Formats: sequence, C-alpha cells, structure tokens
Amino acid sequence: MTSLPASTDKRLGLVIDLDTCVGCHACAVNCKEWNTGAGASPLSDADAYGADVSGAWLNRIHTFEVTPADAPAQIVHFPKSCLHCDDAPCVTVCPTGASHKRSEDGIVLVTEDMCIGCGLCAWACPYGAREMDPVENVMKKCTLCVDRIYDEVLPEEDRIPACVRTCPSNARHFGDFNDPGSHVSRLVADRGGIELMPEMGTKPVNRYLPPRPKARAPAAGPVAATRPQTAKADGFLGWLDAALDKLG
Amino acid sequence: MHPAVSVIFFTVLSGAGFGMILLLGLGFEIDGGAGRAFVVSLVAGGLAVAGLLASVFHLGHPERALRALSQWRSSWLSREGIAAIATLVLFGLYALVWMTTGDRPALLGGAAALGALVTVFTTSMIYAQLRTVPHWNSALTPAVYLGFALSSGWLVATALGGAATAGLWGLALVALAWALKWAWWVRASRSRLSTAASSPETATGLGFLGRVRLLERPHTGENYLTREMVHVIGRKHARRLRALALVLGCAVPLLCLALIHVTGAPAVLTLLPALSMIVGLLAERWLFFAEAEHAVSLYYGNR
Amino acid sequence: MDQTRGASDATADGTEIRKTTCYMCACRCGIDVHLRDGHVSYIEGNRDHPINKGVLCAKGSAGIMQHYSPARLKKPLLRTGERGSGDFREIEWDEALALASEWLGEVRRTDPRKLAFFTGRDQSQSMTGWWAQQFGTPNYAAHGGFCSVNMAAAGIYTMGGAFWEFGAPDWDKTELFMIFGVAEDHDSNPIKMGLGKLKARGVKVIGVNPVRTGYNAIADEWLGITPGTDGLLILALVHELLKAGHVDLDYLIRYTNAPWLVIDNPGGADHGLFARGEDGVPLVADREGGTIVSSAIPGVRPALRGTVELGDGRRATPVFELLAHKYLDPQYAPESVAGRTGIDAQTITRIAREIAAAAFEREVVVEQPWTDMKGERHARMIGRPVAFHAMRGISAHSNGFQTARALHLLQILVGSIDCPGGFRFKPPYPRPVAGQPRPHGGACADTPLAGPHLGYPRGPEDLLLEADGETAQRIDKAFSWDAPLSAHGLMHMVISNAHARDPYGIDVLFMYMANMAWNSSMNSAAVMKMLTDKDASGDYVIPKIIYSDAYSSEMVAFADLILPDTTYLERHDCISLLDRPISEPGAMCDSIRWPVVEPDRDVRGFQSVLLDLGARLGLPGMVDDAGKPVYRDYADYMVHHQRKPGVGPLSGWRGEDGDKTGRGEPNPDQLARYIENGGFSEVHVPAEALYFKHANRAWSDWAIAHGLQDGPVDNVFQLYLEPLRKFQLAAEGKIKPAAPAHHRERIGRCFDPLPVWYEPFLEDGLDEAAYPLHAITQRPAAMYHSWGSQNAWLRQIHGENALYVPGTVCDATGLADGDWALVSSSSAQIRVKIRRMDAVNGSTLWTWNAIGKRSGAWALDADAPEATRGFLLNHLIDELLPAKGDGRRWANSDPVTGQAAWFDLRVAIRKDPDQTTGHSLPHASSQKSPVGAAPRQVRHGRRRAQ
Ligand SMILES: Nc1nc2c(c(=O)[nH]1)N[C@H]1C(S)=C(S)[C@@H](COP(=O)(O)OP(=O)(O)OC[C@H]3O[C@@H](n4cnc5c(=O)[nH]c(N)nc54)[C@H](O)[C@@H]3O)O[C@H]1N2
Ligand SMILES: Nc1nc2c(c(=O)[nH]1)N[C@H]1C(S)=C(S)[C@@H](COP(=O)(O)OP(=O)(O)OC[C@H]3O[C@@H](n4cnc5c(=O)[nH]c(N)nc54)[C@H](O)[C@@H]3O)O[C@H]1N2
Ligand code: SF4
Ligand code: SF4
Ligand code: SF4
Ligand code: SF4
Ligand code: SF4
Ligand SMILES: [Mo]
Repeated sequence: MTSLPASTDKRLGLVIDLDTCVGCHACAVNCKEWNTGAGASPLSDADAYGADVSGAWLNRIHTFEVTPADAPAQIVHFPKSCLHCDDAPCVTVCPTGASHKRSEDGIVLVTEDMCIGCGLCAWACPYGAREMDPVENVMKKCTLCVDRIYDEVLPEEDRIPACVRTCPSNARHFGDFNDPGSHVSRLVADRGGIELMPEMGTKPVNRYLPPRPKARAPAAGPVAATRPQTAKADGFLGWLDAALDKLG
Repeated sequence: MHPAVSVIFFTVLSGAGFGMILLLGLGFEIDGGAGRAFVVSLVAGGLAVAGLLASVFHLGHPERALRALSQWRSSWLSREGIAAIATLVLFGLYALVWMTTGDRPALLGGAAALGALVTVFTTSMIYAQLRTVPHWNSALTPAVYLGFALSSGWLVATALGGAATAGLWGLALVALAWALKWAWWVRASRSRLSTAASSPETATGLGFLGRVRLLERPHTGENYLTREMVHVIGRKHARRLRALALVLGCAVPLLCLALIHVTGAPAVLTLLPALSMIVGLLAERWLFFAEAEHAVSLYYGNR
Repeated sequence: MDQTRGASDATADGTEIRKTTCYMCACRCGIDVHLRDGHVSYIEGNRDHPINKGVLCAKGSAGIMQHYSPARLKKPLLRTGERGSGDFREIEWDEALALASEWLGEVRRTDPRKLAFFTGRDQSQSMTGWWAQQFGTPNYAAHGGFCSVNMAAAGIYTMGGAFWEFGAPDWDKTELFMIFGVAEDHDSNPIKMGLGKLKARGVKVIGVNPVRTGYNAIADEWLGITPGTDGLLILALVHELLKAGHVDLDYLIRYTNAPWLVIDNPGGADHGLFARGEDGVPLVADREGGTIVSSAIPGVRPALRGTVELGDGRRATPVFELLAHKYLDPQYAPESVAGRTGIDAQTITRIAREIAAAAFEREVVVEQPWTDMKGERHARMIGRPVAFHAMRGISAHSNGFQTARALHLLQILVGSIDCPGGFRFKPPYPRPVAGQPRPHGGACADTPLAGPHLGYPRGPEDLLLEADGETAQRIDKAFSWDAPLSAHGLMHMVISNAHARDPYGIDVLFMYMANMAWNSSMNSAAVMKMLTDKDASGDYVIPKIIYSDAYSSEMVAFADLILPDTTYLERHDCISLLDRPISEPGAMCDSIRWPVVEPDRDVRGFQSVLLDLGARLGLPGMVDDAGKPVYRDYADYMVHHQRKPGVGPLSGWRGEDGDKTGRGEPNPDQLARYIENGGFSEVHVPAEALYFKHANRAWSDWAIAHGLQDGPVDNVFQLYLEPLRKFQLAAEGKIKPAAPAHHRERIGRCFDPLPVWYEPFLEDGLDEAAYPLHAITQRPAAMYHSWGSQNAWLRQIHGENALYVPGTVCDATGLADGDWALVSSSSAQIRVKIRRMDAVNGSTLWTWNAIGKRSGAWALDADAPEATRGFLLNHLIDELLPAKGDGRRWANSDPVTGQAAWFDLRVAIRKDPDQTTGHSLPHASSQKSPVGAAPRQVRHGRRRAQ
C-alpha cells in the first residue's frame, strides 16, 4: 500500500498565487478549524495558553523577503501545505501503510489509526508538510479536504477545500492537473506555475504562481499632456479658457 | 535534526548488539564454557533488543508497533523491523543450540550473521535514503553504521568473552570504522543542503527574482517541524562534541587496544575501550542528528 | 423587497447551521455557525452575505476559539483589592445593577457632567449615544478620536462620505488603484476580495506605505514613503495633474465648489469666505457675461478664473483660481518634495501621468441615463476609472486631516468620486455636512441633552465652550479650540483630563469595550498610574469606574465594577444604518447578531444591561408614563425603537406585514425575518441611482423613500472648506468667538481652507540627530488588537512581536537579526528584540500592534511570551508633545479633529549591551486573573468541549 501508484486517474491539487496572497493566514486558520471539527481526531494544541503553545497545523504561511540585484527588496507571503507529490517519499518510507497515495485522485493521506507516530514521513518530506499531533501522537497532513470535495451533502459549490473557499483574496485554486483544460492547468500554463524544489525528485502536484514583475508600466502608455506644461499659474489659467470653451 | 535520546541509544546500542551477533554468528571465539557463551549471547541480544525497545517506546503509538512490519516492499523502517526480528529469532535459535549442545551450527550462525548485517544496513538506510538530509544521503552512511556496529560489537564481544587478548583485529576494525566516519565527515562538510542544489531560492521557487531570506516564520513559537527538523547547534558546542567523540570513541580505544596488544593484558580489559567507544559513539550519534540539516530548514531561515 | 433566501438548515450528519454576524473584528462578515449537539463546531463565511460573500479571515475562523476562550468573564465583579491588582469578588447582577444605578443616579441628580461615558469600538453607537443623551451628560463618544476621525471628518466635510468602511473602490471597473497607508482596514475582507479581483483583471495596484508587507507586498508598485509626508506626495501629484491640464473641468463645474467666488478683502472679517447671495447661496461669475449669479441656477456656465467685483465693491476670485495658484507653486513640484517624501521626482511625475492615463484615456461608460439634482438628464454614466483608498497611515498623523483632504482633492480633480471605476459611496452615504447635526453640549440635572453629542461644526460658533469662550464643556475637550472639528470625540484624552481635573473632575467613568489601560492609550504606564492615583484624602482621583468587557482584559483590572458582557455568538446585536453601515456601494444593508448559542455563564448583553440601567434611572424613552421599562431587552429595542416615525435601528422587513424597507412601522416579526434571511437585509440600489449619488435625483428620491434622508440635501464637493477659514478668521480675531491667543498661530497655519501639508508636530523643531527614526505599528491580519491573544490559535501566529529595523540602520548601529535593542523616544525607553528587514522605508522602524500583554491578563500564564517578549510601542508615545517655547505642552493630536497622532513618533535605537536577558521592557507588574487559570488544552468539535 505504501508503494506509490504508477499513475493516478486524476491529479488533484492546489495552485497558490504568490502575486495575490496577502499573507493573511485565513486559509491556515480555516484549515485548522475544519480539520479540528471534522477529521478523525482533532488537530490539537499543547500548552494552549502557556509559555510554549504549539499545535498541529496543516497549512502555514511563511513570509520571505526577496532582494533582486537591481530593485528594492520585496516581500512574498508564502502559504505551504502538502503538495501531494507524485513521487511522494513520505509514502514510501512509511512502515505501516498509514501513509498512502490514492490511485484515483493522487491525494496523499494518512490513515490515522494505522499510524504509529514514528515521524519518518515527516523526515522524508522536504516541504515540512507533515505535522505530529502533540496530543493524538499521530501524523497529520493536508487531506486536500477529501472529506469536503466528495461530500454530496454539501452544496456543489462548497465541494472544494476549506482553505480555497475561505481565501479572501482568491489566491488559492483547486482542481485536476491531469486535465489540461482545468482552471488550475490553465493558470499554471498562463502564469508559469512553479514547482518547489524539483531537485528533490518528489514531483509535487501543487504549483505556485510567481509574483508578477513589479512596477509595470500601465497597459496603455501615459497620456500626453493636454497643455504645454509650465508650472506657471498664469499659463495654466490661460489654457483654462480654451479648455472650458471646448466643454461648451 | 533533533537528536532524540532514544534514537541515539537505539542506533548505538543495537548497532553494537547486532555487531556482536554478526561476529558470534560467524563463529567469533568465546573463551570458557556455556556460561560465558550465554552471557555474551545475552548481552548481544540484549543490546539489540534494548535498542529496538527504546525506539518502539519512542513511537507515538507503541501499541501499534507490529503494523510497522507490513511495508517491507517499500519501507526501510519496515525492513529493519523484520530483519531485526528475524535476526533475533535466528540468533536465539543459534544461541539455544550453542548453549544446549555446545555446537555452533555454522549455517544457522551464518544466517544470523547475515541477518545482523542486513539489520544494521536497513537501519542505516532509513537515514541514508533521505534526500531531504544531504548529510545522510550517502553510501558512506551504511558503511559507517556497519563499521561502528562491527567495531563496537567486536570490542564488547572481546571484553566479555575474548579468547585471545585484544589483537590487531580490534585496532584494525576501530581504525577502519573511524576512517569511514572521517570520510563521512569530510563529505558532510562539503554536503550541506546546498549540494542537493537546494536553497531558499529553490524551496520557494523565487530564485528568479533574487536572493530569498525568511522574514517571518509562520508562527512566533516553535512547532513540531522546527523542533524536529530545524535543530541549530552552536559551532563551539559541535567542535567540542566531535573532539569528545574522537577521543572517547577513537583515540582511547585505539590506545587501550594498542597497550593491551603490546602488554598482552587479559581480554577483559577490553571493557574499557568498549565502554569508551560506546560513550564516544553516543556523542558521534548525537552529532549525526544534530548537525544534519533538513531541507525544511530552508523554509525556516536556514541557507 | 428582493430578499428571500434559505433559512438555517440541518444537514444529514446532524449539524445545524445558524447564520449570524462575525465580531472577531469590526468588518462584520456573515457567518455560518455549525453546531453539533448544540456546540459550536465550525464557522465558515456566508456565501450570500454582501460583505464577505463566503470568505472568512483568520480571525473569523478562529472565532470558535474565542467562543471557548478561558478568558471570558463569568459573573459581575466588584473590586476588593487595589485598582490594577485584579482582586475581585463575584457578585449577583442585582447587586451590580443596584450599585451602578446608585452611582449613576447620584450624578444625574446633581451634575450629569460628572459621568464620562465612552464606548470604545462600539457597534451600537446609535443606541449608546441615545442613552447618554437621555441621561444628559455631555461626555459621550466612542473610539473614533483615537482611531481615524481625520479620515472620516475630512471625507464628510469634503464630499459627504469617506474611506474607512463608508465607501469603496469600484473594484469591477477601476483601471488603476492606489492605496495609501493601509495594513488591514475595517473593510478587511472586502479589500482583500477587491485586490483579488484587480489581480485577476491585471489592474495595476500602487501601494504607498513605509512598509512593504500585506497589501503592499502584492502591489505592482510600492512607494516606500517617509511617514507623515503623504500630503506632500499627493499635492505634488496635484501639481503635475494641473500642470498637464489633466483635470476634469466639467466634473469640477458640476459637482464642486471650484467656481464659487471667494471674497478677497484682506483684513476684513469676510476675507476668504464665500461670496453669497441674499439667500445665503454661494455666488459664481458667469463665464460669458461676467455677471455674478447664484451657483444654484441650473445650466449656469461659471468662470473658473478671473477676479470679479461683487456688487458691493468687494472683489472675489473663484476657488479654482486660488487652487491653481496654490498648487502650481514650485514648492509642490516633484523635485521639491522628493527629498522629504523619499519618492523620487520622476516616479511622481510618471504616476501623475498614469493616473491621468487611466482617468482620461480609459474612460468607463455605463449605458444608463440619469438625472442630476439640477434636473439635467444625462444619457450615460461616464467614469474616470482611478480608485484610491487610504486609512490610518495618512490619518494617524497630526497633519492627517489635511492629508486626507488633499487626497480627496486629488480624487475630485480627476473626477473619480462616485463614478464608474472610481471611489463609490456606500449607503447611507453620501451624507454631507449640510445634512448632519451640529454637536450638542450643555448639561442640566435630570434633563436629557438637547440633541446628539457628536456633529459637524460649521464654524467657531458651533464649539462647545463655557461662557468664557475658552474652557471646554466636555471632559475630552472635543469641539473646543484644542480640536474644533472633533466629530468623533477624543476618547484618548478622557482619562488624562479626568485625572488632571481639567476642565473638571468627574465622579463616574463608565466605559465599554475599550482597553484603555493598555493598548488603546498612548503612554500606557502613565495611564495605569492615573487610574490608580489617589488624592490627598486617599480617594482615587477618578473616583468610580464601571466597565463592561467580555474578557479578562488589562482594563478590567483597573475598574471597580465589572459588568460582564456576552460574546458575539451569544447575544443580540444590531448593525444599523443609523450607525456604522455594512452596505456595499450597490446595496443598502444592515444586519443582526442573535444568540446562536446561549451563554453558559452569568453574563448579560451590555446593551440590554444599559436599557435596564436606563429604566432603573427612569431615563426618558426608556420608561413609560408608569415608570415601567419600555424595552424588555436589546432585541425588543431593535424591533420597537423608532428614531423618527417609521425609522428604527433595522431597515429590513418593516411595517406590520414586513413588506416595507427603510421606512415603516415596527414589525414584531422583524428579527425572525432577519434570521430566516441569514442575519442580514440587503436591498439593491436601482440602476439609475448607482453612481453620482452626490448629485443623482434617483438616488436622492430612493434615499428619502428608504429613510436614509429626510429630504434632498445639497452636496457640492468642498475643495475649499469654508469652516476652516472661519476658524482662521477667529484666530485672526476677526470674528467671534475669537480664538484664545495661544491657539492663534496654529490655527492660522493648519486650518488652511485648501488642503496643505505641514510638518507633523512632533517633528517640528525636533532634534533630528537625537531621534532620527520613525516608528510605527501595523495591524496583523490575524490578530484584532488585544482580543486575539486569548485565542489559542491566533496566539500561535503572533505570540510575541519583534521590531523590524531597516538593514541600513542595523549596519549603522551594529544590530543583527535577533538582537535586543533599546529604543527611546523623547518620553520613554523600551527594550525589544529586533528583526532585520530591507523592504521598508530606510528611516522607519515598525512592529505589529497590540501583541504585548500585561502578565496575568487574558487568562494567559504569567510567563506567556506576550508578556515576557512582546511589547507595545505605546509606551514610547506621549499624549502630550514636548514643551515648546511658552512652556505649553500641546496634545499629540491633529489640531483640527483631535485625532491621536500615533504615527508621528520619532525614536532612536541602539544595541543593548546586555544581550543575555531575554525579556522585553518595561514589564508591568502582574495582574491576578479574575477568571482563574486556563486549561492546558481546549477541545471542541466532534469530541465535545471539555
Ligand atoms: N501603538 C498603537 N496603538 C494604537 C493603535 C495603533 O495603530 N498603534 N491603534 C489605535 C486604534 S485605531 C484603536 S481602534 C485602538 C483599539 O484599542 P481598543 O479599542 O482598546 O481595542 P481592544 O484592545 O480590542 O480592546 C477592546 C476591549 O473590548 C473588549 N471586548 C471584546 N469583545 C467584547 C464584547 O463583545 N463585549 C464587550 N463588552 N467587550 C468586548 C476586549 O476584551 C478589550 O478589552 O487602539 C489604538 N492604539
Ligand atoms: N486584523 C485586524 N484588522 C483590523 C484591526 C486589527 O487590530 N486587526 N483593527 C481595526 C481598526 S480599529 C482600525 S482603525 C483599522 C485600521 O486599519 P489600517 O489603517 O489598515 O491600520 P494600521 O495597521 O494602523 O495601518 C496603518 C498603515 O499605514 C502605514 N503607515 C504608517 N505611517 C504612514 C504614513 O505616514 N504614510 C503612509 N502612506 N503609510 C503609513 C503603516 O505601515 C500601516 O501599514 O483596522 C481595523 N481592522
Ligand atoms: S488565505 Fe489566501 S491570501 Fe490569505 S494567506 Fe492564505 S492564500 Fe494567502
Ligand atoms: S509534500 Fe511532503 S507530505 Fe506531501 S506528498 Fe509531498 S512529500 Fe509527502
Ligand atoms: S508517522 Fe505514521 S504515517 Fe508517518 S511514517 Fe510513521 S507510521 Fe507512517
Ligand atoms: S486542502 Fe484542506 S487540509 Fe489541505 S490545506 Fe487546504 S484546508 Fe487544509
Ligand atoms: S474580517 Fe474577519 S474577523 Fe472581521 S468580521 Fe470579517 S471574518 Fe470576522
Ligand atoms: Mo481603530
């Protein structure tokens, strides 16, 4: 079971738009909330009101400063959850079969009551996408909201991951990467979606849309001045009459 | 990586235990009668089992430990469990025959020895397979694990049941193991994360824009990932520990072995280098984890 | 009515969904609260809701942990130890209410001024204000004075609407968006949703902010401005636009006072005032004949320049000519402002052209005929698709009122107010000054105030002064010479004035929902001392403090009597059009909260308690002729109270059958209808009334029909603001009441009727070498002021804060990432941990706001990182400026509105020689937790809360 499927029917995953993400943590908190109330066991927090609070989260928002050689430093907010890799090392290292990748849709999951909490899958994941629950002592990870996307009780428009539904700036997109016509595939094609750490050979499904170039000139060139530009008030007022006459 | 005490003890002790099993299975000579053989076998098995137990109780759900044997087709950890159990069973049978008949069936011994070799190898592969930890991700890692298992196992076995005084064999094994470790260190010093071509730039995919630096962690406190995988140790601390590992794990044993060899002192004195080496190896193993950089640290401010 | 939606429904797995309104911040999104076995298990955004359309921010999702927070107050508390200690004993409500009515009754019978009732970030101001008015104290306001009154007042005075959450960019149509000084805003989710839309359309976003995080991080262009200088940047843009002739003259003539004639009579009492006809209507000069006519005449073609003779021999000039002269002056040229603002001249010039390009070359046309207020029919709606937004970054400075005015001037010059693609008013706005009340003061025992406390003075004659023409009537000195146009009051001055007994001492300080002992005060340490100071007789200088909070905040420890409030899922609330609207530009909306769960503690909704107190005090309107309470509770008030006939707190489903909107008799079934509809009412504005609301007949008619206005209101955009000129005349001694001598120079300089920029007060004459750096705060998206820290999830994200220091400053001072540094202002010093950062204005330090906590507050462990490593910048900010030549210490506020100038702060930083101690400083003493210690874990959801 921990062997990876050679290929999957669908490749479901997320596109995260770094040009649009404002780093608000909405997706991370709603993920925590959904998976606390709805998962097999809650996503716990240890020392919740103490000096060393820490809990399990399936999605975390990092903030990076990027300094181009020839432009001022810029900030990129960077949400990160499981990328549902095609070659998921977290799955193959798992000794129990708790970790698995589904052949139907490529979602990587942990069967919590099979997990022994050895932590090896977290070691194998380069992206920090797995977290040990401090109270439940089992491995937790993004489920791609598998308990939402197929839930027929939910209205169809809500059969999307909680983080996607909640993101206020619409920086998160969900879909099938195997379908070249899907919204996510098109976004990746149009905007040059990035794969994280390709050198790790994990073949992540999720893609990140890079920040667009900064300080772009406007689509149309700036307008020409409607009057000869002098900073003399008299000259300006002279022009004014003509301009007003044109108004009629 | 976070150096968990249980894992350090597990790898060092069970290494020595399986090293002993390997030697005993191959017919390592034990002086004295069945009593001695029993003690030595018990220690060998005991070390291996103690290590295993330490790692089992380190699990979040030890009660489900048996499940860990199921994925031998893909998981080195699963293979390790199976190999360890098989080896212990074989070795138990071997010891039983030995104790009861005084005979050491070579085939069974050979099988146990092979099992021990495989077990140590599978243990090492748990680490060596991880591309996320470039320090570990090398063929030298199994070599080092095997070297230390053999040499420390040899020292303990010799101390407890050595027929002859510690000979050149010991010197050679210890020296070889540390030579491998030295080579490992040399490689490690050149194989920071960056040799995996990884950097904050590749981790974020933002390298095309410029240099990438963490400004804010997702959370202000620590979390599982930072505690487990973003361990940072002081340089000075690391240097001291490495010196300790080299002195106790290598220099002291070599010196003792040489003295024992030259003076022809009784084998039981090998206990001193054996213990010293194990303490040295605990330091070495602590560093093995503590100095290992995990790719995740790139998301947490490491370069 | 076009609003019938699905009611709350039960899903197959036994989850019930109840729809109400979020209050993890003041944005008031709609939420679907999932209940399992009666326990809250999940909260998500309501897809139908006009504000958030299904999305939810981090705080909103974390509401569940606020609901289960261990810091929730449980029962009324009476102080037993010293103030500040946190020693209380729990008492019954009867005792609490009896005590409160005794204290309040005494004040009302003797001198109602002795009650100061201030209500923080209150969302029931129309009710709390009414209560205070019936009580008869002049001392009432909410939080706007320390928040963003500059923005609100500048907008209302200029165009009858403002940024804040009272208007919004036309996200779907704009072609260029420029955002000044915003980290989060009250319109938290709508702005994020809007930015998402712009990004999807590829519309350029320009962020003006010293710090490049959040919205500014995704802006396509970032202007890392030096704090306090936006006015210069904006006026330089105005300079460039004028220079190039990129102004919408037609718009200016139709909708603004650009053509109005300003009297030119130096030395006269009318110099600088508008020339008016007999009827008081301002005059313009006809372009053709040069005749002087009323500006109100339809079809008049007024001149924009040229000095004319008025009939009586006085001379007058159109506003526009004054304006052109002023801003074409080289002092506003990009080259002149580049150094001070930190934005280079070419960039300013280019951005002026980009604004012009979007406005004039990418005109947006909506094919919708409409009729203006003068009766002219327009075939279509032509828009100038440049939108601007701004918030506290420009308003929390002592030049903030004028800077906000400057921005509105810029918007109006390019014709982008309430047109397609521009900035759009949200109903009930626009509400120009002409349709707004004046402030009301005066106080008589046992008598209600004559009118609402807060309003918009038209000139010095509307100030609330004692007979001496100088002494303030109000405890916060609102509407005095200190802050003449303080439309939101000055809550931040109440404690210090009451402590100084200036203008008088008070007896009861009654506060609601404001953490005044901590993050909402400047100089928190001094405020804590004022609250605990005793006079010669051993009594507290501020004798009695009643406070209503829902949680164990810092302020709780400083009160004598605590009235514990419910939390937002447990009570009725009313988000009313009489108050702070939640409308969207295209729809009139209001909403409610209702108890989706019952409180599990002995707590009561504050508004209900207030009505109860009002009844006990026999306040008019709250008791009937027989002295019986009129309202059972707040829910009853929401339905039955009428402000004027047919107009009440809620606009939806009025009338006996619930078929009327806005105006109509109370409908006993109203709340049920709101609940059925998801907790809100949304009524769409007709297509013809969607734009140009300031001058749109269809809008005016619709607004009147729906109870938003009583009749048509004139709304001519005031580029030239005459009330300011009147204050200048008072400062020149030309009109009565004359300004006291020491106010004259400031008023003369700062009350320019045309927007100006002046040096922020703290920086004026500052020793640059001693305090070379600016220091500001930003709202973290995932925290709401102090409330967030009790939240087990949010406090993981922001459990402590660091001070971000520009790389260049680090290098110059030898600071490295993670070092401890000493930061000092002219009044105090703090010790903080720093982080290096380059994406920031090079002279600006910043940190997240309100993360630092007093040890023991919020039911956190005493050694929580919030208390040990977190800090407040507030400790460095003094509510008074350093003494000037005459020994006087002015308030650290805007001179026009009294807005607290949080962001004027100047500091110095150096490395602490001690790098081993891991504590931030100052460290306030611990307070005892009146709610006990928190559990180690909180669980909810499938496994029930423990
Ligand atoms: N340095 C610095 N200081 C600032 C600012 C800044 O930018 N920088 N910003 C200023 C601004 S704009 C503002 S608005 C203030 C905000 O400051 P405050 O208005 O003081 O905001 P909070 O800290 O949220 O405190 C509000 C209080 O209301 C309580 N509360 C929460 N919910 C309820 C409820 O349902 N019922 C009742 N009765 N009480 C409740 C909370 O427990 C808390 O004690 O801070 C100001 N202070
Ligand atoms: N998440 C969250 N949302 C909130 C709140 C909260 O506490 N948390 N508080 C609510 C309240 S009470 C308010 S008043 C609003 C305030 O909403 P904002 O106005 O967005 O509040 P601030 O965080 O004070 O933002 C001030 C911004 O102005 C920048 N700035 C400072 N000085 C200058 C300057 O001179 N020029 C320019 N151009 N920029 C400058 C700062 O860097 C910062 O980005 O937010 C509301 N929404
Ligand atoms: S909710 Fe959206 S904008 Fe906010 S952090 Fe997540 S991805 Fe970014
Ligand atoms: S991101 Fe990590 S946890 Fe997720 S599939 Fe890839 S390797 Fe596994
Ligand atoms: S922690 Fe659980 S899921 Fe991960 S490898 Fe171990 S058993 Fe598998
Ligand atoms: S898909 Fe679901 S589980 Fe994964 S990050 Fe989003 S909300 Fe969390
Ligand atoms: S912005 Fe967030 S906290 Fe504020 S009301 Fe909306 S969901 Fe609630
Ligand atoms: Mo505010």
